[in-house]
Amino acid sequence: MTTAITKVTSHISPNEQLIFERSQTGRIGYRLPALDVDEVELNIPDEFRRDDDLEGMPEVSEVDVIRHFVRMSTWNYSIDLGMYPLGSCTMKYNSRLNERVARIAGFANLHPLTEEQDAQGALEVIYDLQQHLAEITGLPGISLQPAAGAHGEMTGIMIIRAFLDQRDGAAASHRRTMLIPDSAHGTNPASAHLSGFSVKTIRSTAEGLTDLDHLRELCAHGEVAGLMLTNPNTLGLFETNIQQICGIVHEAGGLVYMDGANMNALVGVARPGDMGVDVIHLNLHKTFSTPHGGGGPGCGPCCCTKELEPFLPVPRIVKSSDASFRLDYDQPHSIGRVKAFFGNYGMMLRALAYTLTHGNDGLREATEAAVLNARYISAGLVEDYDKPFAGSPMHEVVFTDKRQSRKGVHTLDIAKRLIDYGFHPMTIYFPLIVQGAMLIEPTESVGRQELDQFIAAMRSIATEAVEDPELVLNAPHNTRIGRLDEAAAARKPVLRWKPKEETATPLPEPSTAQAV
Amino acid sequence: MLEAIGLGSADQLFDSIPQNLRLQRPLNTPAALSEIELLDRFEQMGARNAGARRISFKGAGAYSHYIPTIVDHILSRSEFFTAYTPYQPEISQGTLQTIFEFQTLVCQLTGMEVANASMYDGSTALAEAVLMAERVTRRSKAIASSAAHPQYLEVVRTYVQHAGIHLELVPFDEQTGQSSRALAESVDDETAALVVQSPNFFGCVEDLQALADAAHAKGALLIVAITEAMSLGFLKSPGACGADIVIAEGQSFGVPLSFGGPYVGLFATREKYARQIPGRLVGEAYDKKGHRGFVLTLATREQHIRREKATSNICTNEGLIALAATVYLETMGRRGIQDAAKQCAQKAAYTARRIARLNGYSLPFTGPFFNEFVVRGPGNAVDLLARLGREKEIDGGIALSRFMSDRPNDFLVCVTETNSRQQIEALVDALASV
Repeated sequence: MTTAITKVTSHISPNEQLIFERSQTGRIGYRLPALDVDEVELNIPDEFRRDDDLEGMPEVSEVDVIRHFVRMSTWNYSIDLGMYPLGSCTMKYNSRLNERVARIAGFANLHPLTEEQDAQGALEVIYDLQQHLAEITGLPGISLQPAAGAHGEMTGIMIIRAFLDQRDGAAASHRRTMLIPDSAHGTNPASAHLSGFSVKTIRSTAEGLTDLDHLRELCAHGEVAGLMLTNPNTLGLFETNIQQICGIVHEAGGLVYMDGANMNALVGVARPGDMGVDVIHLNLHKTFSTPHGGGGPGCGPCCCTKELEPFLPVPRIVKSSDASFRLDYDQPHSIGRVKAFFGNYGMMLRALAYTLTHGNDGLREATEAAVLNARYISAGLVEDYDKPFAGSPMHEVVFTDKRQSRKGVHTLDIAKRLIDYGFHPMTIYFPLIVQGAMLIEPTESVGRQELDQFIAAMRSIATEAVEDPELVLNAPHNTRIGRLDEAAAARKPVLRWKPKEETATPLPEPSTAQAV
Repeated sequence: MLEAIGLGSADQLFDSIPQNLRLQRPLNTPAALSEIELLDRFEQMGARNAGARRISFKGAGAYSHYIPTIVDHILSRSEFFTAYTPYQPEISQGTLQTIFEFQTLVCQLTGMEVANASMYDGSTALAEAVLMAERVTRRSKAIASSAAHPQYLEVVRTYVQHAGIHLELVPFDEQTGQSSRALAESVDDETAALVVQSPNFFGCVEDLQALADAAHAKGALLIVAITEAMSLGFLKSPGACGADIVIAEGQSFGVPLSFGGPYVGLFATREKYARQIPGRLVGEAYDKKGHRGFVLTLATREQHIRREKATSNICTNEGLIALAATVYLETMGRRGIQDAAKQCAQKAAYTARRIARLNGYSLPFTGPFFNEFVVRGPGNAVDLLARLGREKEIDGGIALSRFMSDRPNDFLVCVTETNSRQQIEALVDALASV
């Protein structure tokens, strides 16, 4: 059965304990200079001082630490190992040049409370990136303060609320409903809730688009504050009626928020501001290639119309008439600050570097390649997997396990088997409205060869699901650990290491994975 | 490839976008730069940040500490920094085990029982702590000391403005620089949480035990915020003092200043509140053969499952920065953290003593401090510090008038293990001469 697996063979997988289990009393891995000032009696009373000698914290050497992390690193899949087709996550190549830029001493060593005149270069970076993002989105008001997509969402929705409260006064208290499609990211309703809105769900049509009739019906109630829409939506389809959708919401007195998670399908091709969208967040850690880092940091700029600009978080970074940059706190309608300092600044440096190295034509080319790659996968898999929506996908495409599940093989099994073929699985069971969803987003960072390998792997799994379903059901076979019992882990959560005597269960190490 | 999918041109890829919505012109952003040009451009912009080159005594939520070389080396490994959130545990054990160690280290330092996989930063972690206290107590008032970082309080205000939580600020004690007695006395039966920062914005260490007792007497939670996490190597842990939720900014642990981010928020609490924690948690799990591994767990608290009923909207957190903190803490280890913390405290005490002896300078607060303290100068602090920078290339601290208009002559000085005696003497001499 290994014949179809072309991308990987098995390899040594070193074991590595928790650092606490490696610790040996007296070992150190650091050296500080000797204290070079006269030691004085501190004015801190004894009862305020630590008296546990940090018991339990690791005592290891530098080489212990290096081996510890390098060994653990080999257990991870990463973009640099290959295609990472997580739908809605836009796992594209992270340029090393951008990493180098972020480490330039003039930025890395700059304190966030440095006075404006001594941080002009840093403020210029923020200002320039804002200008470029305004051009890309067609929305002129921008704050880079939010730290991630959900944070940008929250900011955008709070801006809508502040705008409505100012426009409608006391009457705004009746306008507290946020409309969200049933295909939306979970962060959307959670962010709406944080801003004091209740959520009503809009149905999708059989074609996978927003149901206009249902939207009209919900808008007729007069309580609608706005709509949160992802476009292209989470099925990878462009909401063709976007102008009409915005029109219906605006007519009802609401505003339109667009979740920009899928902007990788639009950069240089179409702009949310031209579609009638009022406010959007971007994910610099998706569309603008800043590394995802195993779960962050992100950066979630909030972009809005001129009309909403007065409500953006403070401080605003503005250019004075003498071409110097300054912080503007004088924004009486601002929703306030959403994060200390300026946000995840290091991500802004990387995103600006991405924008400048691609150039305007390169940004559009990246979009074209991302959509082309998704189309290619769509065409390559359509004979073996159920494609629930006929429409042409943009940068990502959704399939289901409908055909394979007849043999008892489900999406989770297909995803796990894909690991044996050397690929990171796609996003699974999202969007929630598609049973057994497999959402595949190749991004522009994959060439035809690897796309072909991926398609071949998926087709091979489809064959296995028919001929040898057990093989798929028990996957993965080549990893250092098998499927973990997540239900048991949640029932009796063990969320930290404790010294041995307190540990109830023995802690066996996995043996080196066997080739199958 | 276009041919393979039956298309004649790249434009046809976008046929589902109505023609009138398609951008008919090139983006008005700059043309592509080469690597040489790009680096030159950024080096030039970096050079316009005079603040990055000076000997610095700035703190107030962002600190200059020594970063062992191996931290950035580990962070730069592809396997860590180009990985996604560990949704597939079989091929994400490196990230997952690291987070498990991070959670353990945060518990050890704060003296708490459970910690999450990180928040965006200290300020947002504090806001989430206040929201959590409301969920736990079902009460709607939060009382905070005004000696907390002003920007943290601003963020809390933004987060709670639509959550039905009333935030009340209690003035600090002008004599000691610590929270006043009024803070403890203002806790009542409607109070969800008492919020205090220690060391506080002025660098003063608070009596956490007394505040915990006051909060608990009325059924409220004590939330402790820490901006200078290095203090945990020297000061009694908030957990040992009775805190219910501890949040901290983890930047001091191996993270460069980088103009304010990305940093990492630490969030820890008691085991009984584990299911109310915002954000991701990693837990131990076993496969069929009994091999130990780690998984994201208790996901039913989170937005992708609970949607609007989730404990928070957070999804992406600060994974890579949590890794930096983990590498830092393991490299410095049990001894190094205490060593560095002690050096901070000693050098700050020495510096404060030297400055207090200068003509025209005094220390307005009497409370105990860790590595930051307020100095009252002979004139306007903004002007004084600007001259110090311009003429002596020393960044002497942060003028408090930037946050509080009634303190024109006061400035906040921070000293860490990276400030040599020579730098300290240069600061003292410069203050004496300007």
